[in-house]
Amino acid sequence: MAISAAASAEQYNYDIVRKFTIMSLVWGVLGMAVGLYIACELAWPFLNFDIPEITFGRLRPVHTTLVIFGFGGCALFATSYYVVQRTCQARLLSDALADFTFWGWNLGLLLGIVSYMAGMSQGREYAEFEWPIDLAIAVVWVVYFFNFITVIVRRSQPHIYVANWFYLGFILATAILHIFNNLAVPISLTKSYSLFAGVQDAMTQWWYGHNAVGFFLTAAFLGMMYYFVPKQAGRPVYSYRLSIIHFWALIFLYMWVGAHHLHWTALPDWVSTLAATFSVLLLLPSWGGMINGVMTLSGAWDKLRTDPVMLFLITSLSFYGMSTFEGPLMSLKSVNALSHYTDWTIGHVHSGALGWVAMVTFGSFYHLVPRLWDTKMYSQRLIYVHFWLATIGIVLYITAMWVAGIGQGLMLRAFDDYGNLAYSFVESVVFLHKPYAWRALGGAFFVSGIVLMCFNVAMTVLAARREQAALEAKLAAKLART
Amino acid sequence: MRHEHIEVNSGLMIALVLAVISIGGLVEIVPLFYINETIEKVDGVRPYTPLELRGRDIYVREGCYLCHSQMVRPFRDEWLRYGHYSLAAESKYDHPFQWGSKRTGPDLARVGNKYSDQWQVQHLLKPTSVVPESIMPNYPWLLHNDLSYADVGDRMRALRRTGVPYSLTQAEYEANVKTFGKDVADKLDISQAQDNLLKQARGRNYDGLPNRITEMDALVAYLQVLGTMVDFSKYDEGYFAEFR
Ligand code: HEC
Ligand code: HEM
Ligand code: HEM
Repeated sequence: MAISAAASAEQYNYDIVRKFTIMSLVWGVLGMAVGLYIACELAWPFLNFDIPEITFGRLRPVHTTLVIFGFGGCALFATSYYVVQRTCQARLLSDALADFTFWGWNLGLLLGIVSYMAGMSQGREYAEFEWPIDLAIAVVWVVYFFNFITVIVRRSQPHIYVANWFYLGFILATAILHIFNNLAVPISLTKSYSLFAGVQDAMTQWWYGHNAVGFFLTAAFLGMMYYFVPKQAGRPVYSYRLSIIHFWALIFLYMWVGAHHLHWTALPDWVSTLAATFSVLLLLPSWGGMINGVMTLSGAWDKLRTDPVMLFLITSLSFYGMSTFEGPLMSLKSVNALSHYTDWTIGHVHSGALGWVAMVTFGSFYHLVPRLWDTKMYSQRLIYVHFWLATIGIVLYITAMWVAGIGQGLMLRAFDDYGNLAYSFVESVVFLHKPYAWRALGGAFFVSGIVLMCFNVAMTVLAARREQAALEAKLAAKLART
Repeated sequence: MRHEHIEVNSGLMIALVLAVISIGGLVEIVPLFYINETIEKVDGVRPYTPLELRGRDIYVREGCYLCHSQMVRPFRDEWLRYGHYSLAAESKYDHPFQWGSKRTGPDLARVGNKYSDQWQVQHLLKPTSVVPESIMPNYPWLLHNDLSYADVGDRMRALRRTGVPYSLTQAEYEANVKTFGKDVADKLDISQAQDNLLKQARGRNYDGLPNRITEMDALVAYLQVLGTMVDFSKYDEGYFAEFR
């Protein structure tokens, strides 16, 4: 690509970072558009159009997979390759192996979502890929680990920077979770049955499921936070000790909490009590990490007025704090009795997913893109506009879901004076229509935000290319003269 | 040990991370396979017949679990709305489990025998035709698609490898006769899989189309068996509480 980055291109492999950044945005737009579409299907069911491939049940995994593994996953590949090279001051060992992870990951995803629409699914949330894709992904993951660790081993600094601890934890944990949760007996290329059944299967799935949250959507994005927040703020991480506690407590505790997805089910009580206890403990490292991030800005608060990128990063940390407060609350069995199975969970998911995961990614990308293409962002104004579109979208989304979830939860457990159920299930479905429409509106705001971002990034890249071409032309002319 | 040492040694760091993240899962998951009280001892729960099994595959294929749970919790409102809370034993042959995490529609763990076959077919074809406020999608293709059942034996064989007692040998068949009785044992015989499937579909004609075996036959057969295997009148309430 651009030769202007030639100096740094020799030092670091930025090409792979650029590719993953672009694919993250592509999957982000697609995945969120699908999210918006399924939100509309719930509000206006005629949108299912009697077409099997796009009914809610088949599209929902397309949404979750594209946003978590497409948008989130590519963002993590991009930033981890960037951060590990910069903080270790060493280049990726092999460009070919880096490219292998790029093609493997993205083709795997593409195949996966097409297969969901065709009706191939393992029927496990966030692990719907059938076994051949799971195998392919496992290979890509091993190569990813190799690429990452070989940079660390060749580092020119004695210390491994804190962001890399989090990325490392994420890579290792994801490998273990992926392998154990996907153990299955195949009957053909497109169908398999999980090795475990019933309770054991449920526990394995939610051990996986919550740690997809804990390591994929949290630990890894904390790695991102620990690099990009200090960089953008121009100051060192607030507390080194806090980072140590944050890291070890977080990765230890997360692995215990999966069973809070199974409160009051046929899972034995001792497991769900353990999970509830550890979930409450998890509040401490989570907030420790949030404070560490926010306080990094102390003494430079004026940046919030002048720097929209900082706005994204700090807002993301606030939502991180909020969802890690809401989570432990929902882990209490008494609260979970109401919230489980309702849209309250969906609201919690998206305050984490939109507020934390997406916002920290946007902030980091706005920092990263100008550096990758060696230029300035096309428009600062549009970054502000994006920020407000996204924030309004999130607020609409999660308030609508609180109303929907708590409302439905209360309706379903209400009794009349004679001790009969006060509402039928369908009455609660009717009640949900309005919140569902508001959620869809919130989603529309959020999607327009990321579309705007893509425009801004595309213009930036095009401008960089033009500058580059002009420069080369000049150089060529000069050479021709001599 | 000072954290310094870990930060400068990537091998040590990897080893420690692996140790720290393994503990939680080991403590919570492994015992579930060994503690006897995890799954209640209760009569009646049997593996699915070939037709029900194919129906379950379709349930997974269409992603019904993303709107429906199959896990009734021990609360009064759920008791009144759905029936007895779910037992672990009731999903012990479910590969994968389908407890679900979101109730956009009602719980289905005990939907078996709640409605007639005809109602189920009508509802799946066009839910609003029986429940006008419904937001569930239409599934007209279930009636258009003929059920593919040529590989149903392979499917049972795969499940047998995970531990579901479908029988291949005479000894396994006899063991099944002992556990489940002859009627059920015959249906779990892999060598008879296709015949059994056809017999069940033609016998009850779930979809109302006498000359065809459709995906609708299979799915409705599956829905109609959900939650009906255990006869709760045989046990007093205190019994199941011992296992929780
Ligand atoms: C978009 C979410 C959604 C999907 C996907 C969905 N359903 Fe439903 N389902 C509902 C809603 C809402 C109701 C309640 C209104 C009604 O009875 O139609 C319902 C009701 C039902 C009922 C009646 C339950 C009772 O006790 O009255 C059955 C049976 C059912 N669904 C089966 C299925 C099957 C089988 C599938 C997959 C092929 C499926 N559903 C997919 C939302 C969904
Ligand atoms: C434009 C933005 C988005 C919209 C409109 C949207 C909409 C939706 C809808 C309608 C559902 C199904 C809810 C249900 O079953 O009732 C859903 C589920 C989900 N979405 Fe999104 N989404 C968006 C962005 C995201 C992002 C960015 C992420 C992650 C990074 C994400 C992660 C998830 C997850 C994990 C679920 C499953 C939740 C669960 O099973 O409890 N979404 N989303
Ligand atoms: C301390 C931290 C957290 C705790 C203790 C926690 C706890 C919980 C609880 C109790 C549920 C509801 C389970 C249920 O009733 O079914 C839940 C669901 C969920 N949470 Fe969190 N949460 C935390 C942080 C986060 C963060 C930061 C995210 C980021 C994206 C997140 C994503 C999710 C998702 C995706 C689900 C839905 C899973 C599903 O049902 O499909 N959580 N969480």
